[in-house]
Amino acid sequence: MLIEILIALVILNGAVFTLVGSYGLLKLTGPMSRLHAPTKASTLGVGSLLLGSILHAFASGEGSMHEVLVMAFLFVTAPISANFIAKVNLHRLRGRPELPPPPESRDWATYAEK
Amino acid sequence: MIDLSLYVALGMVGLAQLMAMVRLVIGPDTGDRILALDTMVINAIGLIILGGAIWGTQIYFESAMIFAMLGFVSTVAIARFVLRGDIIE
Amino acid sequence: MGLTRKIFPHPTLSVLLLLVWVLLVNHLSLGTVVFGAILGVLIPILTAAYWPDRPRSPRPWLLLSYIGVVLWDILVANLQVARIVLFKRNADMAPNWVVVPLELRTPEAITMLAGTITLTPGTVSADLSCDGHALLVHALDAPDPDAVRDEIKNRYERRLKEIFE
Repeated sequence: MLIEILIALVILNGAVFTLVGSYGLLKLTGPMSRLHAPTKASTLGVGSLLLGSILHAFASGEGSMHEVLVMAFLFVTAPISANFIAKVNLHRLRGRPELPPPPESRDWATYAEK
Repeated sequence: MIDLSLYVALGMVGLAQLMAMVRLVIGPDTGDRILALDTMVINAIGLIILGGAIWGTQIYFESAMIFAMLGFVSTVAIARFVLRGDIIE
Repeated sequence: MGLTRKIFPHPTLSVLLLLVWVLLVNHLSLGTVVFGAILGVLIPILTAAYWPDRPRSPRPWLLLSYIGVVLWDILVANLQVARIVLFKRNADMAPNWVVVPLELRTPEAITMLAGTITLTPGTVSADLSCDGHALLVHALDAPDPDAVRDEIKNRYERRLKEIFE
């Protein structure tokens, strides 16, 4: 009984965070601000859903751990895709003077001569 | 009780998927559209995992894994195309 | 030493491959472990030529404690970002750019730091300077950019410097 409540809480927690991530994607203003909500809330949300799935599998007698692979993959790739999207945003912002300059260097790498 | 929470979670992640789809349609910038697509892939992984738990089968895991890999690669490919106008250099 | 280095050019990779194989098959038996071990020995040998400069292996216990700290921070800070997203009006937010000068020099350490910054909510690492000596970070709600910079330097960069350098 206790383990059922725990599993239900983990799954609902994951769903809430996934929803908050997508809500933030819809609500926030500015491309860079919008980047924050989904890259994190969704990672934790789906991570929590996967954890709930693992616990569910163990509770119903057929232990399975391979959801850990998807979780690890998401946690490794989420920062990389976020970084690529941030670079796309910077690329489109080129020419607007709101970026702080880097110390002791010519420019940020996205703007460097290729 | 677990079944109920699974169905509620399915509804909530579905709603999240709809919100991301709205952002995909209204844009306004290329970066927003790529981000919306990336979010939709992550939400779809959540939906697939929930479906696997509801119907009690392990087969859905493989599709979740493939979704995770393809989603990452396609996000990077689109972003790279916008940045460089070329995917493979 | 020389022979074991030839057979196990990359011991961590071997263990990782074995673990991934067992998880993929999702069934722990002697056959799975043996085949995973064969893969774990063969793949590093075949790809060793493409790893010309092998990074110095990090200190495992420090790395584990670092991962623990980061996971805890992800949990705590996700609640903060959820609160900001749900209850703060857009006009009240103060999104800001933060420049973090780096003391780390190895690419692995900088990659870890950038990934950590992105995963801990409230901040996204956006770009690296040309010479790789500074990181451009975007903060969702930071009225004081210097505080964000100091927290990143004290909490994460110091630990990574101990682990990798």
